[in-house]
Amino acid sequence: MLYRTAGQFKTTYEADHALFPVRQDAILLGIILVVAWVVLPLTANEFAFKALLVPVLIYTLAALGLNILTGYAGQLSLGTGAFMGVGAYACYKIITIFPEVNLLVAIAMSGFFSAAVGVAFGVPSLRIKGFYLAIATLAAQFFLVWLFEKWAWLYNYSASGAIQVPTIEMFGVVVAGPNAKAITQYYFVLAVVTVVTMLAINITRGRIGRIWKSVRDMDIAAELVGINLMKAKLSAFFVSSYIVGIAGALFVFLWRGAAEPNLFDIPLSFRVLFIVIIGGLGSILGNYLGAMLIVALPVVLSYLPGALGIPVSSSMVEHLNTMVVGALIIFFLIVEPHGLARFWAVLREKLIIWPFPH
Amino acid sequence: MNSPVNHNNFTVTQDGIADGEVLLDLRNVSLAFGGVKAITDISFDIRKGEIRAIIGPNGAGKTSMLNVINGFYTPQQGKIIFRGKERVGMKPHQAVGQGIARTFQNVALFKGMSTLDNIMTGRSVMMKRGLGWQMLWHGPALAEEIEHRKKVEEIIDFLEIEHIRRTPVGKLPYGLQKRVELGRALAMEPSLLLLDEPMAGMNLEEKEDMSRFILDVNRQRGTTIALIEHDMGVVMDLSDRVVVLDYGRKIADGTPEVVKSNKDVIDAYLGVAH
Repeated sequence: MLYRTAGQFKTTYEADHALFPVRQDAILLGIILVVAWVVLPLTANEFAFKALLVPVLIYTLAALGLNILTGYAGQLSLGTGAFMGVGAYACYKIITIFPEVNLLVAIAMSGFFSAAVGVAFGVPSLRIKGFYLAIATLAAQFFLVWLFEKWAWLYNYSASGAIQVPTIEMFGVVVAGPNAKAITQYYFVLAVVTVVTMLAINITRGRIGRIWKSVRDMDIAAELVGINLMKAKLSAFFVSSYIVGIAGALFVFLWRGAAEPNLFDIPLSFRVLFIVIIGGLGSILGNYLGAMLIVALPVVLSYLPGALGIPVSSSMVEHLNTMVVGALIIFFLIVEPHGLARFWAVLREKLIIWPFPH
Repeated sequence: MNSPVNHNNFTVTQDGIADGEVLLDLRNVSLAFGGVKAITDISFDIRKGEIRAIIGPNGAGKTSMLNVINGFYTPQQGKIIFRGKERVGMKPHQAVGQGIARTFQNVALFKGMSTLDNIMTGRSVMMKRGLGWQMLWHGPALAEEIEHRKKVEEIIDFLEIEHIRRTPVGKLPYGLQKRVELGRALAMEPSLLLLDEPMAGMNLEEKEDMSRFILDVNRQRGTTIALIEHDMGVVMDLSDRVVVLDYGRKIADGTPEVVKSNKDVIDAYLGVAH
């Protein structure tokens, strides 16, 4: 009833190409934006920002980057963690060499470094596909993490081998470093994620998005439609690694505050890949849903017993948590193998015709 | 904004070649895969504005012939002259730029995309706005999108597939998929359209529809068509000239009447007593 689309006619192609041809979708997004920009900052405490909201947003951004490569262009990658690392280290070097540079500019620039590295490691995709390409990107993962460890110049020859985020101000407000307020960092990350999501939606629904999807669905046919496969694949690697790089920079500068090379190892790559698969390949919304499930749910679950007054030891909570999250992942994959985004799509279809069954 | 479509207003690619002149000329073309000879010393031409059929028993080299024409295979010997220019070292994706489009024997659509998106993909080559404009969406990129959408809607209208515009093509029945694939090829505004068994696996009604579309494309848009087909009734009715292949060699070439009465052709199709 609420989602009835009857009576919403399009009289121009422009209206038909709108982001939300259905009015209710636009209203729903409006509500979500108000919650994210106004309600949450007013209600959340320091812990909620640090443990839930900021990491969910950052992981969403990393998943968005990987989704463009894997979900849209069909190129499997296991090197996401390392590409995030490239973004983080590039941002660190930019900030230490040019301390006066605006943090936003530094992050935007560091994306180009990871994009260049991504394109370089994307070159094998011109010859190999699927699992074989995944192995090739795995090489990037191992090589880059090794480089972060061995190339002392990257971490300014610090004895610990780790990078420490200095205190950084933007327009008189501390945004990064130990003294930064969580709410400032939340707004910073939210702004970046909102803008990048918008740009990614625009790219994926236009000509370039169609080219990527055609390469994913059938590359030989795409070639005979006149699509240059090399350009298509490398542009996907470029855009994807750029977004992943910014996510990496945010990961360290706006959330962790410090990073060691092994932070960017395979577990991080897999984590982002899980978010993409559970959220839904080839969907922008899926990244958000997947990140909420994989990143936020464990945090919420671990505080649930305490909040409900159930006396459970903390190690027990840890084990329960792993079991519950694991079971949920399997449950969602069985119920909807195409991810949470498809779950929502099916629900929306049902809502449109509700209360009738079909 | 969205005025009714007039089928006589279709844009015809101007290529400076008059009807009836040779558009594509194949001279002594041979193609082998290792020791397997797919095509041996074949010469024939395709004239502008005609419907040219390529027929032959299974394994005669028909599809290889199409692949040679659109640059997917490069023959070891022989010359390919397209629009009066000899072709040297062409990549497959450049064929579209030269005005050659094709459909496939086994439907080769982008299964995860809607009918509309599939046909829009056919116009990728003609769309020029880069990543920067695409990111902004509003402005030049949207204007370009709408401009091409109009052309695509003309094709959707022409092929009578308005009702499946938004349907992912993977869910469509076979006959409609074939039609969408024709639509995608038409979206490239080719001057030479290659159809690889456009009617395979169709029932009589679908075949009649497809035949009508092929004739309309040929007449209204002036598109030259080369087609492979096994249904002899369709081939003889549709085509202006027929070339017959068998075991990678050309055994006959001419109007349907001539080919039909050719003894070699009858032998190839019915077998011959030894």
